[in-house]
Order: sequence, then structure tokens, then C-alpha cells
Amino acid sequence: MSGCAIQVRDVSKSYGSVKALDGVSLDVRPGEMFGLIGPDGAGKSSLYRIVATLQHPDAGSVAVDGLDVASAYRQVRDIIGYMPERFSLYPYLTVRENLEFFASLFGVSVQSGYDLIAPIFSQLERFPDRRAGALSGGMKQKLALSCALIHRPRILLLDEPTTGVDAVSRSEFWDMLATLRTQGITIMVSTSYMDEARLCDRIALIHNGRILDTDTPARLVASLDERLFDASAGDMYALLSQLRGYPGVTDCYTFGATLHVVADASFDPVAATAALTARGLSCVSITPAHGDIEDLFIKLMGHES
Amino acid sequence: MTSHIPEGIMILSSIIRKEMLHLRRDPQTLLVTVFMPVVLLLLFGFAISTEVNDVKVAVVVDTHTDRTRDICMRLQTNPYFTFVGEAPHADIDRLLRTSEADAVVVLHTDAGELSTQIVADGSNTTLAQSAQAYIRSVVSGEDAASSPIVSRVLYNPQLKSSYNFVPGILGMIFILICAIMTSVSIVSERQSGTMDLLLVSPVRPHTIILGKLIPYFLLSCVILAAMLLISYTALGLPFSAGVVNVVAISLLYIVLALSVGLLVSTLVRTEVSALIVSAIAFMIPVLMLSGMIFPVDNMPRALQWFSAIVPARWYISAMRKIMIQQLPLASVWTEVSILAGMTVLMLVLAIRKFKNSTN
Repeated sequence: MSGCAIQVRDVSKSYGSVKALDGVSLDVRPGEMFGLIGPDGAGKSSLYRIVATLQHPDAGSVAVDGLDVASAYRQVRDIIGYMPERFSLYPYLTVRENLEFFASLFGVSVQSGYDLIAPIFSQLERFPDRRAGALSGGMKQKLALSCALIHRPRILLLDEPTTGVDAVSRSEFWDMLATLRTQGITIMVSTSYMDEARLCDRIALIHNGRILDTDTPARLVASLDERLFDASAGDMYALLSQLRGYPGVTDCYTFGATLHVVADASFDPVAATAALTARGLSCVSITPAHGDIEDLFIKLMGHES
Repeated sequence: MTSHIPEGIMILSSIIRKEMLHLRRDPQTLLVTVFMPVVLLLLFGFAISTEVNDVKVAVVVDTHTDRTRDICMRLQTNPYFTFVGEAPHADIDRLLRTSEADAVVVLHTDAGELSTQIVADGSNTTLAQSAQAYIRSVVSGEDAASSPIVSRVLYNPQLKSSYNFVPGILGMIFILICAIMTSVSIVSERQSGTMDLLLVSPVRPHTIILGKLIPYFLLSCVILAAMLLISYTALGLPFSAGVVNVVAISLLYIVLALSVGLLVSTLVRTEVSALIVSAIAFMIPVLMLSGMIFPVDNMPRALQWFSAIVPARWYISAMRKIMIQQLPLASVWTEVSILAGMTVLMLVLAIRKFKNSTN
């Protein structure tokens, strides 16, 4: 019970006949950057809404800093900073007015929290009078984060903060989160970008409302013990269908611009290249690959079904 | 420096300020919400009128006598008629077809006995009926002594349609504007996700509700002031100390309309559906069942019962009594109590639904 920044125990939540969360349990330790990794519709936002005191779970319990979110929701609201999936700002208010408004909701002044948001807000300071609705995606994201931080929360809940933002802003954003973490703020961040997962201290993989696994990214990737190969050819679709039936191949799926092949010990990449070329495929290349979170995810999802 | 002000009030004023800024920076919406009522009022007050003016009337006389000359004279001088002139009998059809005349009066004298025929263009029934009634009273005017029916219409002696429409327009405008504005503004915050941010802050739900209702209440007061100003000046409604009661009941009605908007916001999910529900579900009953156009007493019994739950019915009825008849507040006790009861019910329902939908 004690020692956890966020403790989720056996939480279930259904919307009508749709089961959004099914017995979810996880612990977020104080001061860590915890990632909730999963595809769209996995149940990430539902979990966030429950932790943020916006919804009650059908079953199970959630404690934030040892405070039960159902009974002590008023105290919990002072501790957390929540940034929902969309950058929820008032489009008609200017950058400064948005910040001042959210500060006033917590009864604090912008000055009192300014040093915390300064590294993030500095880029927005050039146009304090621009309306939030006229900002770019990356700028909206920074403003939304500033608004979520202005009351100095101890725990930051970020629901897909990098969705719909350009690559540069995405990497800048993760740098900012790293800075916030050094200030002792616990961060629970969700994403559907697997490459962002390794930036977290620990991650939980979530799919169809269930937690598949929770650990550090390195240890999770290490648990991938299969032989993995990168495969490409002139005709990727033909390659995919050929490899799926090839002896020794347990799985084959698209991975970025190439295919990933999961195979057992009987699979010989050199022989396979020759065999596929003989079947009429051009430019066949099969090379050993290192697995990452996405491979693990696909493996775990395969076990699920 | 503001430490002596309770935090709840500070937060409330901050939410109100935010809402005001939003309104001010959305000039199109503001323009529509303030000018639509004014335009509607002027339109119904002046342009759209059921009273008949300028009936074009022609006369067919076979033989002139003193009486026929007298009748022609009276038609010429009557302000409701435009006298087209005398025409031969064969022209009646042509005059009506070409709309040179709306009605033709045929005066036939046979052996000193005058018989009168009125031929009216029935393509506009309102015009035809009014024209016939006018002509009949003008033609028979000389017989007033023999059939002394003296009719006096009280409270609205000229039967001005603006007297009839002003209470109706007020009743419709406030339910429309208030319900649409509050419901759309709350639903749009829920859609954009900013409502979630308000709710995860330490702000209490009733502060959020008040912060939403107060700005639109103030805006409605501006609209009320503009509408009353037009009614008492341009439309010439009788002005008296009773205006205090008019304002008081209107404010009650505005609060009721705002609560209806709040309730709608808890029942629908999108801005568009909020708009449609507010516009259609409220406009049609208000137009059809409030007594604004069709008298409630003429409705089938079932519709009369249904009309009892339309708030505008009671408001319009109260407005007619205190605005047009200039009766004291005591005479509208029933209407005011029903409106007050509805307001309390709506507010309780809306606040309960609002809290449930969020937590």
C-alpha cells in the first residue's frame, strides 16, 4: 500500500457491453517515469480517467499517494496534474489567459509555479497574446503541459501527449519530461508509439483492457528469446505470404518498411533467401535483427488470442 | 491583496471572466444572439402583421343615388382602404385577376332599394375576410342608428398585432437563446475536454454551473432590456409602473430557460445535437402550443394538457395580463407560481444530472 505514487488494484470498467478495463493492476513508484504502452482502444484513456478521479471503476481500487481516488478525490485533485488525450485548451483565450485561468482554478498565481514550467513555456513566451486555437500542434502541447503543471502537482498524468505532434516536437517533449522527472515529479505517460517506450523507467504493456507485462524496457526486450530476422524483397506482399508458410517460421509481420520474421532453430536465412529467389522473388534479403518493444507486443498479443 | 475574498468566489469570477472573454471573441455568435431577437421583434411588430391595411377597393354602381355617393365617399376617406375608382360591371373579373383591386363593391339600386354585393379576392383568406368585414361596416355605417351594435375592443383598441406578438416573441426568444447558449457552451467544453480539466481541479461542480449560468443570465438581461425598449418605443406598447413586474417575471423566466439549457447539456453528447434539441424541441411547442399563435382554448383537450408543461405558455399568458391588460401582479399568481415551480424542478434535475454525468 505505502510507497506507491499510483497503485491500481484489479480495476475493471465497462461501457455498456464493451469491457474497457479487465482486472488491471499496476504500481507506479514515486519519482519514476512510467509508461503505459498500447495501441488505440487498449483502455489507456479509461485508466487515466479513473486515476484522475473523473470516473469510478466498476470494480477494484486506485490509490494516489496512498489516497483512495473514490473517497479522497478532493485531496487527490490537488496532487495530480492531468493532461487529457486532446490538448484541451480554450481556443478563444490567449496563451497567457489560458495559463492564468488554470492557475486560478487551483487558487495559485502564475508566478508561484513559473520556475517549474519556465523551460517549457519559454518557447511560448514570444507570443503571449496569440489565441490557443491558432497555435501549432507542438505549441498547443507545450501550453497544455504548462497548464497541467502550473499548480505544482506531485504526480503528472499524461494521456497520449505526443499523438498528432511532429517528430521534432515529440523528441523535445520527451526531453522536457526527463527534466521534470529530475525535479521529483512522478510521471505516468501513455503512448501508442513503441519507440517512445524505451524512454521510460518502467513500462506496462496494455492490450484489450489487460496488462500484458510490466518491467523496465530493457528487461522486457531481453525476454524476447526467439531468433528474429529482418526481411525485405522487391515485392513485399509476396514475400510476406511466402514467408508465413515457410518451414521454421513461427511468425512474420510488417515492421516499418521491412518484415520481421520470428523463426526457430531450423530456419536458415541463407537457404531461405536462395529458396525465395528461386520462387521468383527479386532482391530478397534476410538478416538477423534485434527485437524491441513492438516485437514483444506482437508476441504477447499473439499469446492473448 | 485579495486574500480577504473567499477562494470559491475568486474561482467563480475567474470562470465568469473566461466565459465573457469567450463570448466577446466570438462576435458572430454574440451578434446572432443579440440581433436575432431584435430583428424578430421588429419583423413581427411591423412587417408580419395580421391586421389588414390598404385594401384596394373598386366600386361598381349602375345608378348613382345619394346613398351610393355617400358610400363611395366613405370608402375613399377610410384609412384602411385605397379607393381604386368606379368600374363597369364587366371589369370586376379583370380587376381582381390583375390585383388592381382586392375587393369590389357592387351597388345595385332597384326601385329605390339598394342592394349591395361584395366580391373579394379569396386567394389571401385573411385579407378577404378582413376586407369583407371592413366593407360591410362601412356600407352599413349609415344604418348604425337602426342596428346600434357598438363594439369596443379593450386593451388593444386598434387590434394592433404587435400587442399580440410581443409577449409571444419574448416567450420564444428566451427559451431559444438561453437554452441554446447554455447547452452548446457546456457541451462544447465537454467535447473539447476542457470540462474534464475543470472537473479534475478542486473547483466544485456548483461553481462550474454558476460560472456557466451567470454570464448567459447577464447577456439575457441585455437582450431583455433591448426588447422591452423596442416594445415600449417603436412598437408603442402601453408603458406603466407595471414594467417592474414585466421585468421580474421575465428574469424568472430567463432563469427557467437557462436551467432547461443546463438540463439539455446533460442529456446530449454533441454541440450539434444540443443545437437541434434546443431549437426543434423547444421552438415547435413554443410556436404551436404556447398560445403565441393559436389560442390554447381552441386546442383539443389532450394538446391543452400538453401545453401546460410548455413554460412559454405560462410566461406568455402572464405577459399578456401585465403588459397588455396592465393588471397587477396578483392577477398572474397562478402563472408565476407555475413558472417558479418549473424553475426549481429544472434546476434540481439539471444539477443532479450534471453531477451524476461527471462523477
